[in-house]
Amino acid sequence: MKYVDEYRDPILAKQLIVEINAAVTRPWSLMEVCGGQTHTIVRQGIDDLLPAGLRMVHGPGCPVCVTPLELIDKACAIAARPDVIFTSYGDMLRVPGSHTDLLSLKARGSDVRIVYSPMDALRMAIEAPDRQVVFFAVGFETTAPANAMAVIQAKELGLRNFSVLVSHVLVPPAMTALLEDPECGIDAFLAAGHVCTVMGWREYEPIAEKYHVPIVVTGFEPLDLLEGILMAVRQLEAGQATVENQYIRAVQRLGNAHAQEAISRVFAVTDRTWRGVGSIPRSGLTLAADYAQFDATTRFDVGGIETAEHPACIAGDILRGVKVPTDCTAYGTLCTPRLPLGAPMVSSEGTCAAFYNAGRGRQAVAASTARS
Amino acid sequence: MCLGIPGRVTSIATADGLRMGIVDFGGVRKDVCLSYVPETEIGDYVVVHVGFAISHLDEVEALRTLEIIATMPGALAQELGPAADARFAI
Repeated sequence: MKYVDEYRDPILAKQLIVEINAAVTRPWSLMEVCGGQTHTIVRQGIDDLLPAGLRMVHGPGCPVCVTPLELIDKACAIAARPDVIFTSYGDMLRVPGSHTDLLSLKARGSDVRIVYSPMDALRMAIEAPDRQVVFFAVGFETTAPANAMAVIQAKELGLRNFSVLVSHVLVPPAMTALLEDPECGIDAFLAAGHVCTVMGWREYEPIAEKYHVPIVVTGFEPLDLLEGILMAVRQLEAGQATVENQYIRAVQRLGNAHAQEAISRVFAVTDRTWRGVGSIPRSGLTLAADYAQFDATTRFDVGGIETAEHPACIAGDILRGVKVPTDCTAYGTLCTPRLPLGAPMVSSEGTCAAFYNAGRGRQAVAASTARS
Repeated sequence: MCLGIPGRVTSIATADGLRMGIVDFGGVRKDVCLSYVPETEIGDYVVVHVGFAISHLDEVEALRTLEIIATMPGALAQELGPAADARFAI
């Protein structure tokens, strides 16, 4: 349990909590889509401060977590090749594949390198013309403009030793898939602010209308979340379902047009499997035909991949918001951030890691449930 | 990787046809591509995702956001490199 005095502006936070309490007359379930938001909610104990019956459901917005197992296995197969320098954002390295992970391969001598931008990988390709440099292009719409530019530059520079293993995912189709799920109990969404910085919120308008769900574009700081929750609850209580923007300081309705142009130039929309969730139509990006020569899956024959998840891991149910980490028998015992069984325990944006880092144990959660 | 990290643009130059800048994240300096925010000037605060500036922010918001991100274990190191977490540790 956290106390509101710990907030940066406790007076404003208290006022927002009072207003949320005054607004709520019925039970509601709100899903925060973004893993950064989940982290703030769990760490600051925002869910403990909300009125009984107002439930926060943690969404699938952790790119590391939803990257399909098959692509982790392909990454490992490519990284194991002696001619390859395999480059990746650091939080992908410990994500468990079927048989190994990138960090273990690195420890056994494979040339796996952490980069902080795809441009770092591009530079390595320029500096090592006799090696094949592969970049693991994962993420939501937030990283797509960067990964697109790396491919555009590789083509401009005529690089023949640079390729990308693409596993981009798109948020709006995932929200639609969750809403189509008969188990879905989500009444409103807090949309991911940074995704909307790139894409704006036009794509969410038809979703709000078709499924009659309020969608509030929300930042990831504590006060952002409290304000986003208040805006969503007020819509629900009034029977409204529109897209609103809480994150005014960073997001505009049309997003960043330059970034969108680069994404649509380099990538094409494709069906994508989300780890633990399954295949979602038109929910991913793959390289467009003009840039297909940079596709690592065709450059390297990675053979037949047979995937196998750890039987104890319930990551799929957690990513769909059906279960919480403390429902898992492996949570905190067999599975910890140091030795993760499933992807949500790996990344700081993963729900399991957020729970673990905030010290949430099964007992604490049971007590909090009993209290509400 | 989804967290945007705010920083201040300290210089701007063109490299390989790309508009690049050096961005100061509270002392940690990084090369950042400014192609998606062509209106950016030296001294502006930008929000950076994996080496690319995507939007602007004012100074007060930028500093507050940096402090919040610094509370997420390992988040700054994941975005900027191992030196970042030590510098921002609270």
